[in-house]
Amino acid sequence: MIRFEDVHKRYATGREALAGVSFEVERGELAFLTGPSGAGKSSILKLIALIERPSRGQVLVGSQNTTKVRTRAIPQFRRQIGVVFQDHKLLQDRPIADNVALPLIIAGVSRREIDKRMRAALDQVGLLGREKSRPMELSTGEQQRVGIARAIVAKPPLLIADEPTGNLDPLLALEIMRLFKRLNDVGVTVLIATHDVHLIDEFRSRRIVLGEGRIAASGPIRA
Amino acid sequence: MTPAAYFSRQAQTLVGSLGRLAAHPVASLMTMGVIAIALALPLCLDLLLQNATAVTANWNEAFELSVYLDKAASTARAEAISRDLQARGDVAAVRLVTAAQALAEFRASSGFGQALDALTDNPLPNTLIVTPSPAASSPEGTAVLKTAISALPNVASVQLDTEWVQRLVAILDLLRAIVQLTAGLLAAGVVLIIGNTIRLDILNRREEIEVMKLVGATDGFARRPFVWSGVWYGLGGGMIAVALVGILVEVLAGPANRLAGLYGSAFHLAGLDARAALATLLGAALLGWAGSWLAASHHIRAINPR
Repeated sequence: MIRFEDVHKRYATGREALAGVSFEVERGELAFLTGPSGAGKSSILKLIALIERPSRGQVLVGSQNTTKVRTRAIPQFRRQIGVVFQDHKLLQDRPIADNVALPLIIAGVSRREIDKRMRAALDQVGLLGREKSRPMELSTGEQQRVGIARAIVAKPPLLIADEPTGNLDPLLALEIMRLFKRLNDVGVTVLIATHDVHLIDEFRSRRIVLGEGRIAASGPIRA
Repeated sequence: MTPAAYFSRQAQTLVGSLGRLAAHPVASLMTMGVIAIALALPLCLDLLLQNATAVTANWNEAFELSVYLDKAASTARAEAISRDLQARGDVAAVRLVTAAQALAEFRASSGFGQALDALTDNPLPNTLIVTPSPAASSPEGTAVLKTAISALPNVASVQLDTEWVQRLVAILDLLRAIVQLTAGLLAAGVVLIIGNTIRLDILNRREEIEVMKLVGATDGFARRPFVWSGVWYGLGGGMIAVALVGILVEVLAGPANRLAGLYGSAFHLAGLDARAALATLLGAALLGWAGSWLAASHHIRAINPR
């Protein structure tokens, strides 16, 4: 589903975020991207969502080579990836329903279909009935669940999350992680970047450990 | 996307962008006010010009030629010349004022009756008043006619008092050019005002645009509400401009009509007719669209998720 082949990323500031990273995430897999902050976790997610482009090497997502995706085709490309952010990135002046429905509105889905799928996504994250609320009226954990609902509403085959539990207390964080696990159980490929290695103890999933822009370890057990 | 879905989404954005303007009524009205003033100025100048043209249209009789014959020309000779002129294509009518008629007229209107009695013989010549045909009723046409008549025998002089009319026409032409230039400049100003307003609007909603792009929005999708806002700004400004001009005409109509009355003229100050008002609204909306489209396509392309 995701394949990095000797990927380098050097930013305009001169900072080298990735120095030859290669790894693969299988279709239907749940994988954690761990390592200290500044190790390159965010850069990897940005390369997958085509927010950044590699300086060298290749990134393959699905069956597409991202280096061959033109700027004009990026919107279409992003629609096959659900992205969850640490700070949720919700539209504060719109109700929850609009926030969750946004990817469907953008994709031009009919209004009746949008309504149905928006409710289904909210149901999956346990927030059905909160459609009319504004993000500010929700707790941080609930806002993150809205962010996840938005990421899955268009049923993308791939879900990536950048420190999705960064602002949550341990109990809420675990709840969010279990939500990702449930989504993975129904066939979604999930890649989660997190620095919290204790949190993911209970999951028997693969860890890709980054250190200073390189893969430090990769395997099914805790690094 | 089906056409129905496309239009339904356009309609949704259209109403949504109007709601956004309504959410900040003071700021929106101020922007529209600036646009309205920029539009009202050339509209007023244009109305002034139209009214001036309407006034001068009543001055066609000014294009009459007074043909003074020499003293040697008898009344019979004058009638002959009159018939010749009448036959010309560029002459509509010729009126003969004989020396005797002229003297009688002068005696009646001037009050110099007794002084005139002292004269032994009539000092006035036979005169022909020539009205050019409508086609020749232009500064150029009458000039041609004047040259032709001057060359006839027994014609002492031809007086054509049109120089001031020509000047007036030239002034109106100049004014028209100035109005057009002003209108062009102010239209460009409206485009820039709206462009700048939309630019600020975009910068204020930068995060929202980033989020939209992250979940797969094209530039076109992100641009749409801003372009509609621009159309609303233009349309709102146009409506205020039409109202402003209406009020102005209403205020000036009284004094202008009173002045016209003093000159015995049936002139009435004309305002914007329905067609001109509609054209103004359409034009304003179009300017709004152009300004917002320019700003939105440039600035939204530059916003990318980080």
